[in-house]
Amino acid sequence: MTATTTEPAATATTTKGVSYKTPIALGAFALLAILLFVVFGRDGVSTFSFAQSGTVALPDVRFPVRGTGVVVAVIAVLLAVVAAALVRLRGASSRWLVVVFALALVVGFLAWATAGQRLPIIGLLTGSLALAAPLIFGALGGVVSERVGVVNIAIEGQLLAGAFVSAVLASVTKNLFVGLVGAVIAGTLVSFVLAALSIKYVVNQVIVGVVLNVLVLGLTTFLYQSVLIPATDTLNQPPTFSNLPIPGLSLIPVLGPLLFDQSIVTYLMIIAVFVVWIGLTRTRWGLRLRAVGEHPQAADTVGINVARTRFWNVALAGAIVGLGGAYFTLGSVGAFSQNITSGAGYIALAAVIFGRWDPLRASAAGLLFGFASQVANILGIVGSPVPSDILLTLPYVVTIVAVAGLVGRVRGPAAAGRPYVKG
Amino acid sequence: MSPAGGVPVGETGMAGAGLDPESIPPEERARLPKPPERGPIGSTLIAIRDGNALTTILAVVIALVVGAILIAATNPTVQSTAGYFFARPTDMLSAIWACVSGSYLALFQGGVYDFSQANPLVALQSLGHSIGFATPLIAAGLGIAVAFRSGVFNIGGQGQVLMGAAFAGYVGFTWDGPPIITLIVAVLFGLLGGGLLAGLVGVLKARTGANEVIVTIMLNYVVYYLLDFALQTPLLQDPKSVNPISPPENANAIFFNVLPAEYHVNIGFVLAIAATFACSWLLSRSSIGFKMRAVGENARAARVAGIEVDRVFTAAMVISGVLVGFAGVYQVLGTTTTGFTSGVDAGIGFNAITVALLGRSRPWGVFWAGILFGVFQAGGYTMQAAQNVDINAVQVVQSVIVLFIAAPPLVRWIFRLPQPKGVVA
Repeated sequence: MTATTTEPAATATTTKGVSYKTPIALGAFALLAILLFVVFGRDGVSTFSFAQSGTVALPDVRFPVRGTGVVVAVIAVLLAVVAAALVRLRGASSRWLVVVFALALVVGFLAWATAGQRLPIIGLLTGSLALAAPLIFGALGGVVSERVGVVNIAIEGQLLAGAFVSAVLASVTKNLFVGLVGAVIAGTLVSFVLAALSIKYVVNQVIVGVVLNVLVLGLTTFLYQSVLIPATDTLNQPPTFSNLPIPGLSLIPVLGPLLFDQSIVTYLMIIAVFVVWIGLTRTRWGLRLRAVGEHPQAADTVGINVARTRFWNVALAGAIVGLGGAYFTLGSVGAFSQNITSGAGYIALAAVIFGRWDPLRASAAGLLFGFASQVANILGIVGSPVPSDILLTLPYVVTIVAVAGLVGRVRGPAAAGRPYVKG
Repeated sequence: MSPAGGVPVGETGMAGAGLDPESIPPEERARLPKPPERGPIGSTLIAIRDGNALTTILAVVIALVVGAILIAATNPTVQSTAGYFFARPTDMLSAIWACVSGSYLALFQGGVYDFSQANPLVALQSLGHSIGFATPLIAAGLGIAVAFRSGVFNIGGQGQVLMGAAFAGYVGFTWDGPPIITLIVAVLFGLLGGGLLAGLVGVLKARTGANEVIVTIMLNYVVYYLLDFALQTPLLQDPKSVNPISPPENANAIFFNVLPAEYHVNIGFVLAIAATFACSWLLSRSSIGFKMRAVGENARAARVAGIEVDRVFTAAMVISGVLVGFAGVYQVLGTTTTGFTSGVDAGIGFNAITVALLGRSRPWGVFWAGILFGVFQAGGYTMQAAQNVDINAVQVVQSVIVLFIAAPPLVRWIFRLPQPKGVVA
């Protein structure tokens, strides 16, 4: 898939500021749709099931696979043509067009892959949110830290520290909230090291971040092997958060189980997304934070203490990411295991860049990734013609294609990565 | 320019990397001119006191202390004697001494010189083991360092190692050709594999502006799953096995030993030394190396000076991928020649980043950093076997070393060393 987009993109060099990158990417996908849904079309009926417990569910939706495939392929071709026309006439394609295009393709692909099967839509969506939750926490922490001017590669380390400490503390005290507080403190501590070294000792922030990840991975694995495994009963058997349905709202079809029948950690995540978003864009705190990240000298001139602002906001970022770490243990499986985050922090880092350092977009990138992962998981369970290893590459390929084909060159906060030395 | 990708690492030294000259902190700036009025010996001593050598040694000391704390705190004897510490403190102190000294002795014996052996030639076999671990780390570390120096952050070491391993391994087990030539072809294919993958990243970055941090991270996973898939198909799977593992390599494709077999030092290490020389020449003497460093220092200035930045990015990624790919080649043709799995990278892709950082992205710095990490790795296994200390303690020690080497002022503060001349503390 990547090859199909890189080749046409090569010709998409901007002439007079007009970029045909989007229509060419859409065209490539339309070709792919024709190939998959029409040439290799499958027969049978795919059933999208909306069954949910406790309330009247929406009726099943049945898609005749071959017909749906043809329709989707036609829509895809039409939209690609419209996109090209838009670029020609207005100089730019529409973002909504891309959204509609993606939706059509997703429906077409799901129908194609589940021919003759039932696809549990509710499970698909709630599972996506669950997989996205730690990524969103991580991305929010990354956004806060980088917008204040400190590159946060250490998201992985903060997640892992949060997961470890929350599992141990919750096991020892049998109290979930102690575990949650422990996760926050653990993430903050990792941030303190990042902040102290990169702000006070002006060490290269990328170096500190990478090394902190290795350090936390080594430390947690060492402690897991030599302390937790011999005493699993007392140290590594935390309780987990149960779902807390909001009365009434949780009965809404589809949206109910997705947004109003979740654990505390997920509610915290939804709150955090909006708090960070409003905070960054609408409050004095956010203005100062962004000023320090974009132009520390100017911020200093108007009396903002750059070092202090950076230090505490990096700490805050660590606290947010730490919560995401607790999601791995207290929010889902309970017990800590070696390298339980397995690279989620790096995915969150990608979501930060993908989301152009904006809390909402970065969260959306996390959701996209969670969705693609959950599609791979569910198709693996219901059985699909695609081998599971290939399916598992889906989220990563989608991200590469999205970054290369749709997002392109991004600009981060101007002063991110640059230590500020007064004088 | 993205923050993660655009930060030039290493060129201006760890503490001040990526800074404009005017924003270099005063204490760093003051270090630059050497005081000329002292005699040669005096100035050398001062250079040692204020310079990198002492910082490096002290960073290693701090890291070993941190490791000792970990080892002691998790030791069962220490824990049980701690219960009556105030009644008989000597018990706990001797337990701490026993486990810490025992562990570090085992580390030294396994990584450098096994003095329990009477024959010094046998005792040195430990160093040979370390070199075996160090070789892929050196190669991959060089690759990451070349990318760093060009202002590109290559986190895709894992994927490139896997590609190198798969390509070289495929040639190695399918083609039973003449000696030497088989080896050369297999190695070249492996380098091609790593270079292709990294080149794809470079092309994507140059053509579409896709951030190389995202793309390399994602490709790590893509390659991992694709390799895992291929290992379950006739393409790579050993027909005699039900597990996803490749057939063993043919004898003519395997790296031959350059020392007697018991030292485990093969031609791969010689090639790694050659690669270090080559990188050294590339970065400091060649025209493309000059361009790469210029782009790494300041991409905008390089563009103004007429350097085709996108092309340099792509070239840097390809060179980086070729070097990292060699680590994968070494894994299949030098280490596990009996068939590889999707775990063949053994964490080299990520450890190489730390090696490159420890070596300050200088080719010979990377070489010695790789040797040091190899010693830790080989010694760590001995320590785990002899003293029941989990090998990850070694990883903690390694990362603490890098952390402190990156912050010389912090090391000076811990040891209450005088600030370099002309600096107000």
